[in-house]
Amino acid sequence: MQPSKTLLLVGGTSDIGRATALHYAQAGWYVQLAARNEEEARRNADDIRARTGTEVTVHRLDILDTGSFDSFTNSLPTLPDTVVCVVGELGDQAKGQTDMVHASLLLRTNFEGPALLLGLFAERFLARGSGTLVGVSSVAGDRGRGSNYLYGAAKAGFTAFLSGLRNRLAPKGLRVVTVKPGFVRTQMTAGMKLPPVLTAEPGEVGRAIFAAAEKSGRDVIYVRPIWRPVMMAIGSIPERFFKRLRL
Amino acid sequence: MTELAGWGRYPRHPSETLSPASPKALPSLMASRTGLVARGNGRAYGDAAIGERVTLMTQGLDRIRAFDQATGRIQVEAGVLLSDLLDVVVPRGFFPPVVPGTKFVTIGGMIASDVHGKNHHRDGGFGDHVESLTLALPDGGVVTCSRDENPELLSATIGGMGLTGTILDATFRLRPTETGWMRQTTTVARNLDGAIRALQETSRATYSVAWIDCLASGASLGRSLVFAAEHATRRDIDALRPGAEPYPPSKLGSLGVPLELPSFTLNRLSVSAFNELYFRAGAVKSGYPFLVHWNPYFFPLDGISSWNRIYGRRGFLQYQCVIPTAQAQAVLGSMLERVSKHDNASFLAVLKQLGASHGDLSFPLEGFTLTLDLPVSDDVFPLLNELDRLVVEAGGRLYLAKDARQSPATFEAGYPGLSRFRDLRRAIGATDRISSRLSVRLGI
Repeated sequence: MQPSKTLLLVGGTSDIGRATALHYAQAGWYVQLAARNEEEARRNADDIRARTGTEVTVHRLDILDTGSFDSFTNSLPTLPDTVVCVVGELGDQAKGQTDMVHASLLLRTNFEGPALLLGLFAERFLARGSGTLVGVSSVAGDRGRGSNYLYGAAKAGFTAFLSGLRNRLAPKGLRVVTVKPGFVRTQMTAGMKLPPVLTAEPGEVGRAIFAAAEKSGRDVIYVRPIWRPVMMAIGSIPERFFKRLRL
Repeated sequence: MTELAGWGRYPRHPSETLSPASPKALPSLMASRTGLVARGNGRAYGDAAIGERVTLMTQGLDRIRAFDQATGRIQVEAGVLLSDLLDVVVPRGFFPPVVPGTKFVTIGGMIASDVHGKNHHRDGGFGDHVESLTLALPDGGVVTCSRDENPELLSATIGGMGLTGTILDATFRLRPTETGWMRQTTTVARNLDGAIRALQETSRATYSVAWIDCLASGASLGRSLVFAAEHATRRDIDALRPGAEPYPPSKLGSLGVPLELPSFTLNRLSVSAFNELYFRAGAVKSGYPFLVHWNPYFFPLDGISSWNRIYGRRGFLQYQCVIPTAQAQAVLGSMLERVSKHDNASFLAVLKQLGASHGDLSFPLEGFTLTLDLPVSDDVFPLLNELDRLVVEAGGRLYLAKDARQSPATFEAGYPGLSRFRDLRRAIGATDRISSRLSVRLGI
């Protein structure tokens, strides 16, 4: 039997993180869950272990504490084969317009932390000569909109970072996957009215991530394919009209 | 505010809903509100899981906490669905000790309703198998309940319809099985007397249930198919279906009921045709044991998603009563007679034997339970009031998880444990804080 591969899931208390980790565990992977709230992460770890019988460990990580990333990567029992980062914070756009602490939190949580962490793993993977990096970005990063451009700008930065990293690592045989889930029914979107056709369940996102990262070899995925034409249409509206739309 | 209803889609009430993401977040939410009750997957038929003002949604409490494959002991949060649990444990050679007629219920709901299965006559209700549970009390306190710790609170919570607090998690033991198949034997009973006798004769079987043709009358009143079953062994597979996979994949029928059908779709003719078909299909297999997948044996209606919509916009009532053994035949016979004369035929009529139960408000008692589905209409209420009278006279009772309309008097007559239950609610401060539409309607 092949020795099982290792997944590091960053954002282990989120619904997408839980679903993705469960999908990998069902495929026989050993799972490391990283999260700020260890108690909540342990709840998910116990659940995945009970459902699949695979080994799951919990590792404390604060995505804003970039100074701790180096010691975090060194402290892991095994250097993972795949890192999936699902960290994200929708936040409050209106609040961030005047509250600089909140605005900075959104930019750092959605861009700085995830990008720097994956960048650090990229160096470890280069040294080893193998590894896959998966970043969960957002359709909100495809074009800035008045209702969520702090979040959107950070995700746009993350998307660009992943694209650049992929460009650099591809010749070395390392993979970088960008995931744009679209709307997902999670705690983050609880209470919002979401169009059913455009809204994925967390399990769908987990399945799509596993398929792109471990099977199909695709670089950029929208979880529900319908998002590709939708975002293409949104992207093609000339700015002089777009700026007048209420989005 | 959201409009909430049970599975029968009658009645509907507005309620505020709160959705805690974890068991840790729930107790403080409870302490901050009054007039609330927890809701699992909303499969109670009537108004049991609609808060008087606030309804606590428990879907976020869906983690399995521990599963010991050596002993079969499992600890789960209260919002874990039975369907989810089955997917995890059946392929590993285990089965829940008791399952109700649908797998789309939460473990918390199964305890709060002390659900019974086709094995109640032998194995008791689900509550009898709970080793311990964690309960969030009305004041936000959290306690463990087991046979040794807070036993009074445990027996009030089992079957207590969520009115003692909110169950956060529970620990129970699964039964080991050799395969995922059931060895079923079907017998035809020509009338009610025959059905009751057949159920008594098959009471040595682990599982047994009778499907009654409600439209048969006269000498065939109560004609039934009686399904008895055991968990199949490896040897059963070799004998009855050699080469079959021991744990067949769980498949679910994809046939759904997409829209609300107009009420006239289910009239006497279509129901009669359905029953005739059902009888012929059953009669073919009569007498010989055969193997059937656990899923259709235990959950035949789960294959049709949203089957509750076939009764149309006004919704339907599920009427489930239990009649003590000595009077079962006479009383159930006269109930069936009244129902068969009624224009709104019952689509589904199920007869089962029950044993005693132990929760203060648990439904089962030694006797026979009859379940009928009736679409809501103006003349169905007088019919059911008449049936209630027969139930009360016979010393029987109605199942709270199904109830949407019984009177406080009928309820009080059927549940002698009520005063103890009320005392306990007063003692833990639940009386003014935890209330569902059902508890308000019945004065619990």
